[in-house]
Amino acid sequence: MTTVAVKPATMAQALTRALRDAMAADPSVHVMGEDVGTLGGVFRITDGLAKEFGEDRCTDTPLAEAGILGTAVGMAMYGLRPVVEMQFDAFAYPAFEQLVSHVAKMRNRTRGRMPLPLTVRIPYGGGIGGVEHHSDASEAYYTATPGLHVVTPATVADAYGLLRAAIASDDPVVFLEPKRLYWSKDSWNPEEPAPVEPIGRAVVRRSGRSATLITYGPSVPVCMEAAEAARAEGWDLEVVDLRSLVPFDDETVCASVRRTGRAVVVHESGGFGGPGGEIAARVTERCFHHLEAPVLRVAGFDVPYPPPMLERHHLPGVDRILDAVGRLQWEAES
Amino acid sequence: MTVMEQRGAYRPTPPPAWQPRTDPAPLLPDAEPYRVLGTEAAGEADPELLRRLYAELVKGRRYNAQATALTKQGRLAVYPSSTGQEACEVAAALVLQEQDWLFPSYRDTLAVVARGVDPVEALTLLRGDWHTGYDPHEHRVAPLSTPLATQLPHAVGLAHAARLKGDDVVALAMVGDGGTSEGDFHEALNFAAVWQAPVVFLVQNNGFAISVPLAKQTAAPSLAHKAVGYGMPGRLVDGNDAAAVHEVLADAVRHARAGGGPTLVEAITYRVEAHTNADDATRYRGDAEVETWRQHDPIALLERELTARGLLDEDGVEAARQDAETMAASLRAHMNQDPALDPMDLFAHVYAEPTPQLLEQRAQLRAELAAEAESEGAQR
Repeated sequence: MTTVAVKPATMAQALTRALRDAMAADPSVHVMGEDVGTLGGVFRITDGLAKEFGEDRCTDTPLAEAGILGTAVGMAMYGLRPVVEMQFDAFAYPAFEQLVSHVAKMRNRTRGRMPLPLTVRIPYGGGIGGVEHHSDASEAYYTATPGLHVVTPATVADAYGLLRAAIASDDPVVFLEPKRLYWSKDSWNPEEPAPVEPIGRAVVRRSGRSATLITYGPSVPVCMEAAEAARAEGWDLEVVDLRSLVPFDDETVCASVRRTGRAVVVHESGGFGGPGGEIAARVTERCFHHLEAPVLRVAGFDVPYPPPMLERHHLPGVDRILDAVGRLQWEAES
Repeated sequence: MTVMEQRGAYRPTPPPAWQPRTDPAPLLPDAEPYRVLGTEAAGEADPELLRRLYAELVKGRRYNAQATALTKQGRLAVYPSSTGQEACEVAAALVLQEQDWLFPSYRDTLAVVARGVDPVEALTLLRGDWHTGYDPHEHRVAPLSTPLATQLPHAVGLAHAARLKGDDVVALAMVGDGGTSEGDFHEALNFAAVWQAPVVFLVQNNGFAISVPLAKQTAAPSLAHKAVGYGMPGRLVDGNDAAAVHEVLADAVRHARAGGGPTLVEAITYRVEAHTNADDATRYRGDAEVETWRQHDPIALLERELTARGLLDEDGVEAARQDAETMAASLRAHMNQDPALDPMDLFAHVYAEPTPQLLEQRAQLRAELAAEAESEGAQR
């Protein structure tokens, strides 16, 4: 039996590898954005791509997000497969009209004759001490837009597999990268990349019997930590990593909740109008007779993203998650 | 002691990053809109081209009239007419080669039809049975774009992609005077110039953005002058002079095709009718102004030229009119048939494969329709 030496790699490295492999495999894949060329991106995700594939395939664009996405639409119309980098969550907003009115609708408005196979990579969420406009959990804007797939990895292996899947998809994908996990490591062998993950499938990250934490992206490691801590309270928590918000994997989520009977949705996005409301409603509609308690949400407060010195009060943390688990009407069982 | 002497050896230098500027003179538009008809330049115009333009202009005007009539009959939800602007519409389509792409705005149905798109399919958006009725790849015509100026960066991206692939493709993108205030106009021109993309931007300055006149839209010397700020040539043309518009656009297309980069063309024209059938133009402009433009009508200008040069007689005029009537009759006949609608289409093209959520919703609508059909059957 041979053992494979598994090196710890960062999520950032896995993303770079995914871009490189996609560009090597398909000459129609073009990377474009601000500072993605010579610099390799402000997070270095596109490091080395311009050198390896040339500036025509990894292009420093003018600094204008609507223009970047708008020209990417035209490139996709002509058969290319653009991968656009938005520098930060809040800097993607100027491109919103192009995203909503064209990227999301082009296939539909042309009855499938003009699909747009393009990927929009957006570093999102907080926890890195970023100043104003660098930490938004912006996913709800995208999940509210039919025609987009919305994907977000939480592990190094998923970062690779899901980005490959996003680039290979014939539909536009908003690929949300939890920027505070860029430097996270887990066991992933860059020499033997993980298989391309299908978009739309959630995964059970941790099995448990007491309750289900439904989460995604930057909140997955927090939930894993909470699940560990919960053992001391006698709770055996299951953690479901959604990976894809659109399409939504009702099957995996509901199977888990039917097993455990209790659920908490955890995300950084604000609670009002955030994905948690939709998820809680879906779970309630589908699993009502299995539920021992209302589905609770642990979300960011409904406030503009706080300044860095206050963000720890805003972000869902282990204690807030455990408090929510404690409110899942356990007394009914005794 | 002078100030210079006090400084001693120190001599001021320009900022280190400063470069001598590009000479803007070659990029500047002419002082007056370029004209051909009624000038000496008309003598050099190709008679065949002028006849073709005339036939298309007459057909275009008839199309506008027919489409407007169809709104009154409830066959179209809305129609933004380009009456008075036919020269721009027709020339934009005729200057392109087979492999080139046209990026129209919502007022450019005529250009779309002149490019070869089926006249009925071109009206799908405004009839309301779907959004884009034609296959954009068939005639290389992008969907009619309603959000202003958003189609311009698409044209730039497509032209850029074609050039990267080594294909000989020029994109011509159309926008109105109001659209030049949008951010996407600015970004598209900037990207096009930086990338030297083979794109021609045609601004039809028809005087109004719905009700707002140009004076409230811009303080620029002219819209064509905006080109200079991006480092591309700006051209100013009489938008009602079909021969002039054709010549200026053809020059710009040739320049783009040869690798010379983008051009901004401002065509001065006038929206003779209201913004759409739902608009009331008497609230913001007087009849006298409209009348002066009717005196500068694109069809009349061309007809005068052709007649003066003996290229058109009464029979020719009548033949063009007959052609247009045939087209209008056919359009009427097609539009008077109810379009085939399939409610399941709502779910068919949102994604390559419907999501599980859409499959559920499709099943719901299907069940609702079945129940509806059953109750209708029971009532009979």
